[in-house]
Amino acid sequence: MSKVKRTETHTQTEARRKVMNEDSLLETRNLTKRYGPRIVAVDRVSLTVRRGEVYGFLGPNGAGKTTTLRMLLGLIRPTSGMASVLGRPPGDPGGLARVGALVEAPAFYPYLSGRDNLRVIARYANAPKKRIEAALDLVDLVDRARDKFATYSLGMKQRLGVAATLLKDPELLILDEPTNGLDPAGMADMRALIRRLGSGERTVLLSSHLLGEVEQICDRVGVISQGRLIAESTVEELRGGSALLVAATPLDRARERVEQLLGAERVDVLDGTLRLEADPTSSGRINRELVKAGVEVTELRRIERTLEEVFLEMTNQKGESNVE
Amino acid sequence: MYKRPTTWVLLFVAVALSQVFNYLVPYAGYLTAENERAAEQILAGTMPENLISNSISGFPLFAGALALTLGAISVGSEYGWGTFKTMLIQRPRRLSIYAAEVLALAVTVLAIVLSIFALGALTSSVFALSQSESMAWPSLGELARGVASGWLILVTWCLLGVLLAFIFRGMALPIGLGVVWILGIENLIVNVAVALLDFAEMLQKVLPGVNAGSLVSALGGRKETPGVNTVVDGTQATLVLAAYAIIFTVIAGFALQRRDVT
Repeated sequence: MSKVKRTETHTQTEARRKVMNEDSLLETRNLTKRYGPRIVAVDRVSLTVRRGEVYGFLGPNGAGKTTTLRMLLGLIRPTSGMASVLGRPPGDPGGLARVGALVEAPAFYPYLSGRDNLRVIARYANAPKKRIEAALDLVDLVDRARDKFATYSLGMKQRLGVAATLLKDPELLILDEPTNGLDPAGMADMRALIRRLGSGERTVLLSSHLLGEVEQICDRVGVISQGRLIAESTVEELRGGSALLVAATPLDRARERVEQLLGAERVDVLDGTLRLEADPTSSGRINRELVKAGVEVTELRRIERTLEEVFLEMTNQKGESNVE
Repeated sequence: MYKRPTTWVLLFVAVALSQVFNYLVPYAGYLTAENERAAEQILAGTMPENLISNSISGFPLFAGALALTLGAISVGSEYGWGTFKTMLIQRPRRLSIYAAEVLALAVTVLAIVLSIFALGALTSSVFALSQSESMAWPSLGELARGVASGWLILVTWCLLGVLLAFIFRGMALPIGLGVVWILGIENLIVNVAVALLDFAEMLQKVLPGVNAGSLVSALGGRKETPGVNTVVDGTQATLVLAAYAIIFTVIAGFALQRRDVT
């Protein structure tokens, strides 16, 4: 099992450049992190984040999202695999100079004010001081900037964390659960901010388990479960085409007949109704066949699957991919 | 470092301990001495000529424990607050951040040493003036040697605190282990094991606390102060402490460089 070193050989650098698409800002190939012989936190994750997109990194708690993000930022050393961030190895100063990141809970010095904390970070990041006030203004923290970080509410801490990510005017923003701790109004503001930040050339990698949020703002998503990337696609493609909802009695007979027509893998039972992966134009035929089979059809309509349904379906399969 | 309340608390405690046990307690002893000769002997110990001895006699143990605490808290609190994560994803390499941390601690320790010397000088000159005693001071060279040696002792203990904090990624355990080592374990080795084991007698000559105590003794430190001894000479003590400081620095840097920040 090879280890990814912090300094690369020339050969490794060339290999990294070959696999990188010019449009890719971030790419991983078989990125893996093991803790001991039994725990695989991240298992051969290969994902790509393209320039200018808002990429949603989805997964349930403990799926490996944060571990993956930490590897991309050089905080954790991968066990094997390759990662490239802005054409550099993870943690490389040249790459980090163009990345703004917020991983898990925002961490600052409690005895310093919000503004002083940003000053410290600006010094580390070699960012101009004038960006401090602009960042505070963007997250609406100017009025509380002189107060100690320890006195901030959870939402204010989160906003200061986002402000810190903007000091470098980064090309790539990595945000891990950015709406954590925010009230509904704050979450709406954060989503609007992320959309604004993700417009133009700036790229955003957003990790979240709030699917409604991801559905609203992300262009593409990667779904991770039990350490494995089980799907990577646009939101629309993941949701798939529309499906048919059938409410019928008796349900068992209806299910049996529809499975004969479409195949068992395209039929699902949810909340006492049938969900069919079928073209809406076939609804007439399906209705006829059900009636012939002695089934009383009380409802038959087209539905669109939500990302949440897709996600639950995918992650309930214990990591086996349902999407090619 | 100057904005951290911890720094000021430890500075205050170090200076206060030095003032109380080097000047105020002896002065109280002088006032309540049984006879004039005993009183004069006690007072003589607080005069400016004994500034170096008074300032550094407590360094091997008591100020050393505070210096270790400073190092452990400075690094351990970064783990506790999670601020290592924040700083390491900005731009500088890990070793650059580490070097800056070590430099900041070295300067802070120097400030503590100079504060102890400065306030000691002030107090002893007040005593000398009030008692119309001699204001003979150590030479500049002797003072420089005293300050440098004191700094070396404290910075070595401080770097041990840093190393323990990196190893255990916190501050409570490093402080506990470090203080137990300084105040207890070396004491046990020197005062119990040495009498029983030849190996212990050899071992004590390379222990950091023993060498710190020997260095203080070589500079005229009070031998009755706990931690001050004459096990090795001043030159060996200086070299051993410098070696420890370098070893602690290197291992701590290696620990930061290689380990995951979770």
